[in-house]
Amino acid sequence: MIGIEHYLVVSSILFVMGVLGIFLNRKNVIIILMAIELILLAVNINLVAFSVFLGDMVGQVFAMFVLTVAAGEAAIGLAILVIYFRGRGTIAVDDINQMKG
Amino acid sequence: MIQIFAFYLFASVVIASGAFTILARNPVHSVLWLILAFFNAAGLMILIGAEFIAMLLVIVYVGAVAVLFLFVVMMLDIDFAELRAGFMKNLPLGIALAAVLLAEMIFGIGAWQAGNIALGEHALNPARMGASNIEAVGELLYTRYIFLFEAAGLVLLVAMVGAIVLTHRKRAGVRPQNIASQVRRRPEEATRNTQPTVGEGVEL
Repeated sequence: MIGIEHYLVVSSILFVMGVLGIFLNRKNVIIILMAIELILLAVNINLVAFSVFLGDMVGQVFAMFVLTVAAGEAAIGLAILVIYFRGRGTIAVDDINQMKG
Repeated sequence: MIQIFAFYLFASVVIASGAFTILARNPVHSVLWLILAFFNAAGLMILIGAEFIAMLLVIVYVGAVAVLFLFVVMMLDIDFAELRAGFMKNLPLGIALAAVLLAEMIFGIGAWQAGNIALGEHALNPARMGASNIEAVGELLYTRYIFLFEAAGLVLLVAMVGAIVLTHRKRAGVRPQNIASQVRRRPEEATRNTQPTVGEGVEL
């Protein structure tokens, strides 16, 4: 019998994998963005699982909003990446210290 | 029985492709693994009857976001081997942090399963009996959450305008169509082709 715990375990493993991806690929912004997408996917699985198992449709509506924000974030992130590459010729994260923040 | 088999199939493939996404040497392979992960997550959602989100996942993530990633990865000329240099150095810390995070989550799920802490009644909003998933989502989305829905549209609009503004550039040396100057043009300034007769001069 598949219960909500199964879904929660899958989504938490996926979430942790996203966090691990950010740590492992510290230099490559593209992989970091993909890891963020994985994290958001895990969040969506969680929202939908709870929505179905509690019988509350609002969770799925909010999963749709998370999806919207994820799409916008990917578009903006990749646009920033493209202009950064155009100016510097590399996308290594270590070199991003122009603002001395 | 078939549902249990399908769940374990989708779950194992989504986790494996998530792992390959972050471990693949070639970013193009990473994107392809990411697409597989999205497809299998959509399968997981289909299994519990959330068709709308599953279809949205396939259309938005696979159709738009993953293709965008693929496009950028292939467009930029990057030495990916050099970017991988810190991989082994960050491995122990990353694994340790991930292990702690996963242990915490599993612990949290276990604690939640042992009996929930009653913080209040959650307002259940059950779907209308007999309505399909898409109908139920639509009913909620276009009534109670209509302003939030429009705000989501605004977010997408801002993202689109932002992406265009960021990546658009004026290039020197090209001569695009200048619509304003074309509209401003009048007959008096135009060049005419005339045949002036000898000795009468020309009209200027």
